[in-house]
Amino acid sequence: MRGAGRSNHTRGDPDRTVCMTNCPTLIVTVGLPARGKTYISKKLTRYLNWIGVPTKEFNVGQYRRECVKIYKSFEFFRPDNEEGLKIRKECASAALNDVRQYLTEEGGQVAVFDATNTTRERRETINRFAEQNGFKVFFVESVCEDPDVIAENIVQVKLGSPDYTHCNTEQAVEDFMKRIKCYENSYQPLDEVLDRDLSFIKIIDVGRRYLVNRVQDHIQSRIVYYLMNIHITPRSIYLCRHGESDLNVKGRIGGDSGLTFRGKEFAHYLGQFIHAQGISDLKVWTSQMKRTIQTAEALGVPYEQWKALNEIDAGVCEELMYEEIQQRYPLEFALRDQDKYRYRYPKGESYEDLVQRLEPVIMELERQENVLVICHQAVMRCLLAYFLDKSAEELPYLKCPLHTVLKLTPVAYGCKVESIYLNVDAVNTHRERPENVNVHRSAADALQTVPAHL
Amino acid sequence: DIIQTSRPQFTNSPTMIVMVGLPARGKTYISRKLTRYLNWIGVQTQGECILYIFIYLYRDYSKEPKDCIYTGTCTNNLSSFKLWYVTHNVVFDATNTTRERRGVIISFAKEKGYKVFFIESICDDPEIIEANIMEVKLSSPDYEDCDKEEALDDFVKRIECYKTNYVSLDEEKDRHLSYIKIFNVGSRYLVNRVQDHIQSRIVYYLMNIHVTPRSIYLSRHGESELNLLGRIGGDSGLSTQGKKYASALAEFIRNQAIKDLKVWTSHMKRTIQTAEALGVAYEQWKALNEIDAGMCEEMTYEKIQENYPEEFAMRDQDKYRYRYPKGESYEDLVHRLEPVIMELERQENVLVICHQAVMRCLLAYFLDKSADELPYLKCPLHTVLKLTPVAYGCKVESFYLNIKAVNTHRERPANVDVTRGPEEALRTVPDHF
Repeated sequence: MRGAGRSNHTRGDPDRTVCMTNCPTLIVTVGLPARGKTYISKKLTRYLNWIGVPTKEFNVGQYRRECVKIYKSFEFFRPDNEEGLKIRKECASAALNDVRQYLTEEGGQVAVFDATNTTRERRETINRFAEQNGFKVFFVESVCEDPDVIAENIVQVKLGSPDYTHCNTEQAVEDFMKRIKCYENSYQPLDEVLDRDLSFIKIIDVGRRYLVNRVQDHIQSRIVYYLMNIHITPRSIYLCRHGESDLNVKGRIGGDSGLTFRGKEFAHYLGQFIHAQGISDLKVWTSQMKRTIQTAEALGVPYEQWKALNEIDAGVCEELMYEEIQQRYPLEFALRDQDKYRYRYPKGESYEDLVQRLEPVIMELERQENVLVICHQAVMRCLLAYFLDKSAEELPYLKCPLHTVLKLTPVAYGCKVESIYLNVDAVNTHRERPENVNVHRSAADALQTVPAHL
Repeated sequence: DIIQTSRPQFTNSPTMIVMVGLPARGKTYISRKLTRYLNWIGVQTQGECILYIFIYLYRDYSKEPKDCIYTGTCTNNLSSFKLWYVTHNVVFDATNTTRERRGVIISFAKEKGYKVFFIESICDDPEIIEANIMEVKLSSPDYEDCDKEEALDDFVKRIECYKTNYVSLDEEKDRHLSYIKIFNVGSRYLVNRVQDHIQSRIVYYLMNIHVTPRSIYLSRHGESELNLLGRIGGDSGLSTQGKKYASALAEFIRNQAIKDLKVWTSHMKRTIQTAEALGVAYEQWKALNEIDAGMCEEMTYEKIQENYPEEFAMRDQDKYRYRYPKGESYEDLVHRLEPVIMELERQENVLVICHQAVMRCLLAYFLDKSADELPYLKCPLHTVLKLTPVAYGCKVESFYLNIKAVNTHRERPANVDVTRGPEEALRTVPDHF
């Protein structure tokens, strides 16, 4: 993880960037159309970026769409369509070129090459490319013959694709099925014997079974672990903060105080809300701090406490008001505004540290189905950033107001967000980045964006 | 009905792990290692959670009953797992195939409400098998009076007998079972139907361990300024003696002539300063930071007794679970060290420069120490522990680098009652300035 957990410190080298792997990694998807390759590519890219590994996905289909402005029909993909083959090959090359640039010149560590890559020949080309450039290759193949899964896939992501804007549903489905047929005859799945020297994971039937071959290093091991924990069963994740706390009202950060009267009211309405949602098997998670536990108590259902969900540790600034921090530690206060993601409170934590300690929570959230997570402002920002693919710059400023539940429902390649304010007043605890972040700024400038409090 | 655990629940129903494979495929090695790992991460069992690990060999009709070995691991009082051996006299009908035998196990599990997870180890590399046999089998009582060559020969013949009736887990026929097949010590894995979190963790663990020979060196930072003053925690630099140790450590490492040694430190000054003296690249892990003593940071034990006598007593009562106010417990420490352990499993030769409580946790993992023993393991300053995996365990060599240092080890005092007097509380405090 970048800086937080580990940093590669070579003698005399002040650079603190992490090297999870010694050379860049090229992840290559393999599989027929509508097998979830793009879904996996995007999700994996999001996860790796969140844990601090610069990753980018390269979707060859995108390149094709840019090259062939208007998609006519499946005929383009026929194996005997010379013109089509030529264009597709060029698009793959263009994408690989961009991959090379990203990994060697733009500081990328992982590139996800998202295409069907269904023939051994094509994969050999990619292997050679990687070898020439000193990249490690890891194949991710998705194999699925369940017609229901494929049909659902087509409905969720293909129908809305730019390729089919001019078609009705029936036409689109028919064309797409024919498209799949074009690949079927020449499809050479990764083979235990023939491909035994390659590093790969074969995902069968959306995760029922996995074949994992020759995991080379740490990053590949993490990728495998992640891929083995995700699923596509429909579900929702509810994120909210604890009810308003005594320290919230006083404008003090951190600490371990209990709920105010309004906070308790929120907890009560939260219980009603959850009940009304009628969710089967809802898991409820809290941190180990009073305010989240008190909130959960009001729900009257079993809940689990995670230490990892505790609020960011503000170290020497614990329980101080922003005014006091400005008074006692003006330099620290400015440094934090300069780089809120990486800044670590003296004897405390940074957002970057928080992401690292939340990783097991994310992993378990991926495994679970319906979950309500009652947590804290900084923690909720980190979790939200993961689900909504927010950058390290945006993350510390995501709006997570008290008494508001965010309902996240995975859909297509992303996440639908519904924000439900439970109509119980609360203080605002969101401090925007002030204009002046210079260490010599005045107190007034520093405190310009502090929200009102008692 | 509120579940208030200090860590999330891993499973709601007990899991029975069944090891499958021919002899000399590493079943015992894997099951012991897995047991050790699960114990260490505290796969706590609530209520009736029991974990059984059966080493399942099917039986050759012509052999003696003692060849049928079932190794079960079960919990005792919700605390930890113990490996116990039970020899069964089982008579097989000649028509009994191993799939039927597995059926029996599955019915048994169903009856008890257990989930079943199979771990199969398959190996067709004769070199690996031979190495395995030499290391663990030939030291068994069966071969005490035998010549090594003959013994190897005999064992290989034994395996042949099992082969004829051995039926591996089948992708088609066993597609409803939850299992992982490990091929050739980890070059390939087949994972089927992982049901829950604990199985997912087991799979992840199994996919990260290896048998390549290597050594792990554990050491604390050199003596620090705060060590000298008898103060706990903090982030001080090395004392004069501490700096001497760092140099001595550098020489020791050079003399060991270790291939591709990785060096890891925490984010704290004292470990970093120690590593600096080695003159090699090193990685800093925040997870390796010393246990956070919260409100007691930088205090002497005398001060803790003065300011928080009750806390001090409670800590002595249950040092593993006790959490410093606004700080951590050993239990928390184990939790945050888990990724370090996982990465140590993946790596080969590593030197970890860390801290007293951290080193105790790591050592407890490698030497299979219980939660009660862990907080009292002796990890003196200026001493390197070299751990080398061998057979089913770990060989430990202790190297004191002959640089004097204070003693920082406080034994559990006789009186841990909250009403005890200061003298009794401070009886076991080591000397300091």
